[in-house]
Amino acid sequence: MSAEAESATEQGSSLWKDAWARLRRNRLATFCLGVLVAITLLCLFGPFFSPYKSNVQDLDYGAQGPSASHWMGTDEKGRDMATRVLVGGRISLAVGAVATFVALLIGVSYGAISGYAGGRTDAFMMRVVDILYAIPFLLFVILLTVLFGRSLLILFAAIGAVEWLTMARMVRAQTASLRKQEFVEAAVSLGLGWPRIIFRHLLPNVLGVIIVYATLTVPSIMLLEATLSFLGLGVQPPNSSWGDLIKQGATVMDSEPWRLFFPALFFSLTLFSLNFVGDGLRDALDPRAAKD
Amino acid sequence: MLRFVLKRLLQAIVTLWAIVTLTFVLTKSVPGDPFSQEKQISESTRAQLNAYYGLDQPVVVQYGLLFQRLFKGDLGPSMRQPGTTVNEIVRDSFPVSITLGVLSLAIALAVGIPAGILAAARKNTFFDYLPMGFAMAGICLPTFVLGPILSYVFGLKLQWLSVSGWSRSTDWILPASTLGLFYAAYVARIVRGGMLEVLGQDFIRTARAKGVGSLRLITRHTLRGGLMPLVSFLGPAIAGLVSGSFVIENIFRVPGLGKHFVQAAQAADYSVVIGTTLLFGSLIIVLNFLVDLIQALMDPRQRIS
Amino acid sequence: MSAPILQVENLGVSFHTRHGEVRAVDGISFDLEPGQKIGIVGESGSGKSVSCMSLLGLIPKPPGRIESGTARFDGQDLLQLSEKQLRTIRGKRIGMIFQDPMTSLNPWMKVSSQIMEPLIVHEGMGKKEAAKRAITALEEVGINDAEARMKSYPHEFSGGMRQRVMIAMTLITRPEILIADEPTTALDVTVQKQVLDLLEERQRDLGSAIILISHDLAVVSTFCDEVNVMYAGRIVERAPARAIFENPAHAYTEALLRSIPANHARDEVLYTIPGSPPDLRGGVEGCAYAPRCEREGTAEHSTTRPAFVEVGPGPDHWAEGCPRCTPTSVLP
Repeated sequence: MSAEAESATEQGSSLWKDAWARLRRNRLATFCLGVLVAITLLCLFGPFFSPYKSNVQDLDYGAQGPSASHWMGTDEKGRDMATRVLVGGRISLAVGAVATFVALLIGVSYGAISGYAGGRTDAFMMRVVDILYAIPFLLFVILLTVLFGRSLLILFAAIGAVEWLTMARMVRAQTASLRKQEFVEAAVSLGLGWPRIIFRHLLPNVLGVIIVYATLTVPSIMLLEATLSFLGLGVQPPNSSWGDLIKQGATVMDSEPWRLFFPALFFSLTLFSLNFVGDGLRDALDPRAAKD
Repeated sequence: MLRFVLKRLLQAIVTLWAIVTLTFVLTKSVPGDPFSQEKQISESTRAQLNAYYGLDQPVVVQYGLLFQRLFKGDLGPSMRQPGTTVNEIVRDSFPVSITLGVLSLAIALAVGIPAGILAAARKNTFFDYLPMGFAMAGICLPTFVLGPILSYVFGLKLQWLSVSGWSRSTDWILPASTLGLFYAAYVARIVRGGMLEVLGQDFIRTARAKGVGSLRLITRHTLRGGLMPLVSFLGPAIAGLVSGSFVIENIFRVPGLGKHFVQAAQAADYSVVIGTTLLFGSLIIVLNFLVDLIQALMDPRQRIS
Repeated sequence: MSAPILQVENLGVSFHTRHGEVRAVDGISFDLEPGQKIGIVGESGSGKSVSCMSLLGLIPKPPGRIESGTARFDGQDLLQLSEKQLRTIRGKRIGMIFQDPMTSLNPWMKVSSQIMEPLIVHEGMGKKEAAKRAITALEEVGINDAEARMKSYPHEFSGGMRQRVMIAMTLITRPEILIADEPTTALDVTVQKQVLDLLEERQRDLGSAIILISHDLAVVSTFCDEVNVMYAGRIVERAPARAIFENPAHAYTEALLRSIPANHARDEVLYTIPGSPPDLRGGVEGCAYAPRCEREGTAEHSTTRPAFVEVGPGPDHWAEGCPRCTPTSVLP
């Protein structure tokens, strides 16, 4: 048994390294990861290097196309588009990250508890999820923002409040299947209480699934926020997310196409990359993907 | 089978009740009363609202009143458009949205299903990469980007199609195509995935060992199983089409319920927003129930249990 | 002795994977006489399934590739036929049964459609006549109430009955050769015997030749006339069933026999062959069994691929002539 056991633990400890290697081998995913990092850095730090501020108007330079002084052109009030796009990116990415975090917190806890509890509690909790799932996210978020106002905080909360459902389902499925495995029985027989079992023994195993779905939730959330902004129901001026910029660009598309092009480009690239990285992570962390 | 139907029906009813209750609870938990705080509504409208929602009565009574009205199909008065009821708005605009939805779904299926089947049958070749490339682009290009672009190209530049309105016979092409193509991308991916999953199964190997040819293999052995994930997807797809309609009707100025919903939201016309939410919610629940039924009919394994 | 119905010579199959080229079948040869029952025994990864699947072109072509060999059947080389030509042979003249009847039958198709299909595809039969033939086929494999059960779905049958359905489906066209790939492995022990008896009975009635693939030497030896033992993609021993049991020549065959639980005395610790099958990436040099061989002796294992030589004592008894694995006392 010793030889086999040794090789098994060897494999076990390098599971993460294995996954990372698999991800790196997926060139598309790695490339997209690079794109994401680049965009994030640009949006975070780019505006500091810009000679313009996103809200400063300069009517002499209104509505000009891309040029040496304004790389992405200006809008009708003379504001530099490049700076606006990058600052808008900060907001879109921030909403994506924070709302995902909120959704994650709620979803993971809910799903883990439900999956671990099993039985009627589990069935009931999942029934609630099923019911809530039937409501279209956008509809619900609009309802919430109409009722509670359109501050950024409400936006985070509202979006998080709808997006946690998928995460809960995933985590619950994973927890439920892991729960039946023997190492859980071992922990129980050691007298560990259930919070400890859930958070210190089960969750590390579920971590892979969580990472994958978190990565795939971000684009979904960003899309939701952008749609809201596009409809004028999201982020309020003077803050402008990519969705808002796209809306503005769409109205003047025939005369000032650069105002639609650049925000749309950044937005789509980000969504695209997030989706591919998420897919890549899913393939990398799925042990079944080791089939040749 | 009957048990299954009854179980799902019960679930649908409970969900309907849950949505109404949830909406009610949310409305009541808004700090301050949204209805009475609005100063811009006229007296007659206020009176109507009071009568409909029972705003000066205890909460429990309000809850009961809501159900009572809903059973009668009465969705209440509009706050921003005095003299109009939500029902009237719905009656005029809902059929438009339904038509748009059906057309979009038809396009999504007509384009997506063949694309997905082709991609699965010719996996890892050009016929796989091309449709899947488009599909990925479609998923990442949101409707509010695709819409204006298509609008610009086909409407303004080429002047082939109209970009707004709903009166002429060709008005539906752009809006339905934008929404439809977006969902075609999802459909294609799901169909491809489902088909590939079935094609990897042992019984396909058995069929090949029996000497069954490619066409028959796909149509008789794979299709039924391969399309099942698509049926599951129909539920969320319907919800998505509803959400999508908000944007599409906005961009192309289609006089549907989605457009009215968004306008009401922008204007903080609470009663219209709530009434429409309940309507959409109910519609989705009913349609999901139908999708569940179809799914059960298609899978012989579910029928027995 | 009539001419062999199938002649496989030097069959070699490789898989080109990310981790290297795996030589799954390393040059094997065997003959199959009409009506004969031969068995192929080996551990997982020995190449037994791959060899037979490649005869029908059922190996996924990337990453698999037939590197060498011929398989003569009715004057044609199966390995050179196009997909279209193969389709006229598959299911009609050479049939194959697979291991797990649960996953090998289409869950969304009625049993009737699946059984009738070979008749419709190969003999152009009409539905009514095919249905009648299908009912007869089900009765022949011992399924009572066949007409009613035709309309059922696979998941409504038990494991053993599902395998009977598979057998009925494969034999309905009266193929000349039947390849059975681990047909009883997924079944309960009591059911295993029933299915094997059924196979034997049907084979007698139809006169088909059978290739039985299994990891279970006991099963193969009771069922087959002749047994091939495979290891690391090579045939290491071939003999009539009885001779394999009574006079195993190669060390691997002997080790396999030792591991059969029934061959142990009471309270004796179960014997297992130490180590694990070799990594087939890049092929194997010399005697493949060398790392695990427990045979005592002074001779060294062959450093080149051992020749397949006739050993004794009975007729038609062959083995790989590695000086250590196959003791010189049996070499001619």
